[in-house]
Amino acid sequence: MTKKNSNDQIIRMFHVYKRYGAKAALFDITLDIYKNEFLLVTGPSGAGKSTLLKLLYLGEATSEGQILIDGMNLTRITNNQIPYFRRMFGIIFQDYKLIPTKTVFENIALVLEASGKKASYIQKKVNSVLRTVGMEEKLNSYPPSLSGGEQQRIAVARAIVGEPKIILADEPTGSLDSDSANIIMNLLLDFHKRGATIVLATHDKELISNSNGRKIYLKQGQLQQ
Amino acid sequence: MRNNKLLHIITIVTIALSILIVSAFILFFINASDVMSSWKKGVRIMAYLKNNTHEKEFPELKNKIIDMYGVQDVTIVTKEEAMESLKNQMSRQASIFENLRENPLPDAFEVRMIASTQNWEKIEDLAKNIESLSAVSDVEYGQRWLGRFTSIFTLFRLAGYAMCVVFFMASVFIVANTIRLLFYSRHDEIEIMRLVGATDNFIKAPFYIEGMLQGAFGGVAGIFILFLIFAVIAANIEQSSIAYMFDIRFLPMEVITGVIFCSIIAGWLGCFLSLKQYVKN
Repeated sequence: MTKKNSNDQIIRMFHVYKRYGAKAALFDITLDIYKNEFLLVTGPSGAGKSTLLKLLYLGEATSEGQILIDGMNLTRITNNQIPYFRRMFGIIFQDYKLIPTKTVFENIALVLEASGKKASYIQKKVNSVLRTVGMEEKLNSYPPSLSGGEQQRIAVARAIVGEPKIILADEPTGSLDSDSANIIMNLLLDFHKRGATIVLATHDKELISNSNGRKIYLKQGQLQQ
Repeated sequence: MRNNKLLHIITIVTIALSILIVSAFILFFINASDVMSSWKKGVRIMAYLKNNTHEKEFPELKNKIIDMYGVQDVTIVTKEEAMESLKNQMSRQASIFENLRENPLPDAFEVRMIASTQNWEKIEDLAKNIESLSAVSDVEYGQRWLGRFTSIFTLFRLAGYAMCVVFFMASVFIVANTIRLLFYSRHDEIEIMRLVGATDNFIKAPFYIEGMLQGAFGGVAGIFILFLIFAVIAANIEQSSIAYMFDIRFLPMEVITGVIFCSIIAGWLGCFLSLKQYVKN
């Protein structure tokens, strides 16, 4: 890893805690993530990897501590600002989270429609990302008719279509066979090469060992150095 | 939305029934008002004079009545004129009059009122004033029952207003309930929309459109059903013997527009109430 400047951090976490009642899911996390970094958040199931990602996209609020993302202090973001804030991210989940009643095209277009893009731009852009993930033939299909690997490729397309600064991927290959997992990883690496910051949570040992990105390890909610 | 057709249909049918009932009342009131207006136009007061009233007193009496509030004109109907008129009306029973030794009919004044003062209380007040004149033996203002009918009609109209409010609120709550069910059935979809940066307005807009469309379809369907029922009733009345008594008409265009607009507002309001709750949650 090359030495980073102090201004290069896109995500900064200072003594962050997340508690559910008396139980601490994350404990005193202090972490810098740099622009265009590929960071793997590793650790066993229940270590707090997903919780950490949720705190970043404001799926959950921190119990204590501060998080700065691209200079914005998350504790100062109001409910009305959250949708605009989330457009900075592309989020990928293990269970894809595609809308089953919308076509592949509609699922991806939703991101651009939500941010008020014009129909002609949406048409062009969605077709372009579908070509990138190799799913241009499936634009009129519904997610339940696709395999797991295909659905995750659609989820990746949805994550990158808005050209976000940061991709948060929570166990993106968790339910995929190795071929599909490789396709997904290559897509993420490709987007990383184009300048995006990738934060990927996984406990897949093969994926961890094959990746050149920085790795951090979480255990029982604590960051292990 | 594709999976909730039955829910939509039930909501639209329920709104249509509410609109049908309310519109039927409005239709009844419009036509009843028309009929009553035409009856009221015919209201005149007959003031019958005592037998000993001399013809010389007529002009003074007439002036006294003309000066009373609400009187448009006063016509003297002498007993001879009244008898002549009666004979004309009963020309087929002329033999009845042959045995009459003297004219039993009294002299009378026919009093017509100014149209704008023809509410029932004023008619009654005027009748009492005329009756208080010493030369007047009796006052009759035909259609006395019209007063009672007017009171009942007024009560009925108030009940109608209350019913409109009740059915409007019922429609609002039906839509609110449908939207709430739709909202919960699409909870996962909405969660995904939030994750990709959709604003509350973007998420809510389809629900508002849906609520307003339900209101509009329900309103149009209700009016359409009412029109079909009206057409059948109107056709029957036209063929019946009472056709000359009524000139019934369907709801005017501005009322139809108003009813449909109100049902759209009910749809919007139902949605608003339902989604207000959602924002709180």
